[in-house]
Amino acid sequence: MLVLVEQSLNGLQFGLLLFLLAAGLTLVFGIMDFVNLAHGSLYMMGAYFAATFVAWTNSFILGILLALGATLLLGIALEFIALRHLYGRDHLDQVLATFGLILFFNDAVRLIWGPAGLSLPLPAWLTVPVQIVPGVFYPAYRLSIIVVALAVAALLYVVVMRTRIGMLIRAGASNREMIGALGINIKLLFTLVFGLGAALAGLAGLMQAPILTVQIGMGENILILAFVIIVIGGIGSIRGAFMAAIFVGMIDTLGRAFLPDLLRMVLSSAAASTAAPALSSMLIYLLMAIVLVVRPEGLFPAAKR
Amino acid sequence: MKKAFWLAGAAILALAQPATAGDTIKIGFVSTFSGPTAVIGNDMRNSFELALDHLGRKMGGKPVEVIYEDDGQKPDVGKQKTEKLIQSDKVDFIAGYIWSNVLLASLKTAVDSKTFLISANAGPSQLAGELCSPYVFSTSWQNDQTPQAVGTYMNQKGVKSVFLIGPNYAAGKDMLAGVKSTFKGQVVGEEYTVWPSQLDFSAELTKAKNSKAESVFVFYPGAAGVQFLNQYAQAGLKGQIPLYTAFTIDELSLPLQKENAIGVPGAQQWVNDLPNAENKKFVEDYRKKFTGLRPTFYGAQSYDAANLINSAVVAVKGDTSKKDEMKAEMEKANFKSVRGPFKYGNNHIPIQNFYLQDVVKDADGQLSLKTVATIVKDDQDRFADKCPMKK
Repeated sequence: MLVLVEQSLNGLQFGLLLFLLAAGLTLVFGIMDFVNLAHGSLYMMGAYFAATFVAWTNSFILGILLALGATLLLGIALEFIALRHLYGRDHLDQVLATFGLILFFNDAVRLIWGPAGLSLPLPAWLTVPVQIVPGVFYPAYRLSIIVVALAVAALLYVVVMRTRIGMLIRAGASNREMIGALGINIKLLFTLVFGLGAALAGLAGLMQAPILTVQIGMGENILILAFVIIVIGGIGSIRGAFMAAIFVGMIDTLGRAFLPDLLRMVLSSAAASTAAPALSSMLIYLLMAIVLVVRPEGLFPAAKR
Repeated sequence: MKKAFWLAGAAILALAQPATAGDTIKIGFVSTFSGPTAVIGNDMRNSFELALDHLGRKMGGKPVEVIYEDDGQKPDVGKQKTEKLIQSDKVDFIAGYIWSNVLLASLKTAVDSKTFLISANAGPSQLAGELCSPYVFSTSWQNDQTPQAVGTYMNQKGVKSVFLIGPNYAAGKDMLAGVKSTFKGQVVGEEYTVWPSQLDFSAELTKAKNSKAESVFVFYPGAAGVQFLNQYAQAGLKGQIPLYTAFTIDELSLPLQKENAIGVPGAQQWVNDLPNAENKKFVEDYRKKFTGLRPTFYGAQSYDAANLINSAVVAVKGDTSKKDEMKAEMEKANFKSVRGPFKYGNNHIPIQNFYLQDVVKDADGQLSLKTVATIVKDDQDRFADKCPMKK
């Protein structure tokens, strides 16, 4: 039972991290109708900025805040310089251009930081396991990811549902042309949304950095999961991204944790241990396929236009 | 007139000579030069280049040309690159190969074309057993051997139970099977993770912790090894459950693993401080030529691969069409290996020592690997019997 609690926490932590990445992606895709494959590069840049700034300032918190600001600025600059010219173009053009950006960022990182990758060491107070319920110890850092991501999710909810900017964002997701016609500065709104998305991706990257290493191409595998999440959750829907991210995180982690033992009941031990990781990584895509068949618009679609 | 005739004749003869007996020795080198594990490929290339420098960039009196190809850590890409090197570049030798799954995909192309393939790292069990070939040599090991040595060491330490974690691909399965074959205690759990995409090991670490195993064994080469050790420490397992490793801590991962690697033992057939003259020269010149970098076992094996090829080319005085003679020469392992002298088994896999290595602070205050003891002497892999070639 205690194992289940701990594994659920692992799943929750992974899901929340995916949510941060998917939230930015779904905003950009849903509101701006823009496919941004370079979202994973912003995740990578967040991690590289954090590793660099933490080393410079010798302070974990300060370094992370600086990195967050840097990623936000980078996102805004990227939108201003490159992506702005691609709105209204075919999705294929956007995919090609942002794929080019992935290559650009990977090589820029190779030039600046070298091919070997960086490490982002944690301060001592985050490396100790904490006892959450009697008998269950959980890494303090993973716990802090859960707390921060939940706080960000709550903040996003308040901003999107309770403020004027949020109202515009929601309106933009429902009907882009109409809010333009109503005299809203849609260019500024887009820049803002893109910057917000970049900062969220950067936050995901820098929080993941101490667990994984900071390396070139770190955003590419996880970006696929983020796309799966926005498809499951419904494009443009923050609530959908949140629910789907938790789903996907749970399925992935619990699948890895319990599928091998379940399979061992029916298969030989060797066959089960080979099949289980393959199967558990398929589960997410299976879920996506089912959602696409049953509810093609996603589980929690943004309001209809 | 007569002179012109002879000149024309000579020119035609020169043109008609087969490509294999050309004026240069052509070597193809397949490794990973892009993506997160490109650092390993770079180290292999650096070491191979250093070996060529030491050989005067000539073998058997002929200049050497090396064509490096990137497999991107993907079996299908590795196979294509192997085909390209053999069929259109017509290389005399093909070397490299970090990954067992890439090597297994590329093997048939090399063997069918009777091109000598020198594996400078990958050692899948199939290669040592039923798929062994007269045209394939290894300057590394068979995958199981290193973890077998770790298992033996764990027996010496009196470890009673172990939890095994490794990646779900050819080498991962060999590695865990290797520990199981020598470890005398109980194996309480065995987990495979998706390779190479899965980098978060929280679910596996939770299981290991709850299994109450006395120790944990892992195999995670490249950046994954850094991630695993980080997460092991963050989960509070370091210092609680002793960790044993194979190919998880090396000179490339150590600068990133830092303190997390201290006190984590591993086994290896080569360590940078092995006290033989060739090794000293290799390590010193490497650090001189590539400042700020240190050679790894991947590099040492690539350095040996160049020297093994050289021994064959010298024996036939540069005539690489004499394949049988080259094979016979390479079987003698008649070159100065940086790991010290070794012999080849019937399956062309080295019979060699395995050492216990530990992480210490060296004279420069940097973390480095150090030989502590010899775990096994003249170890032969356990698949040699399955190889139809006889000595």
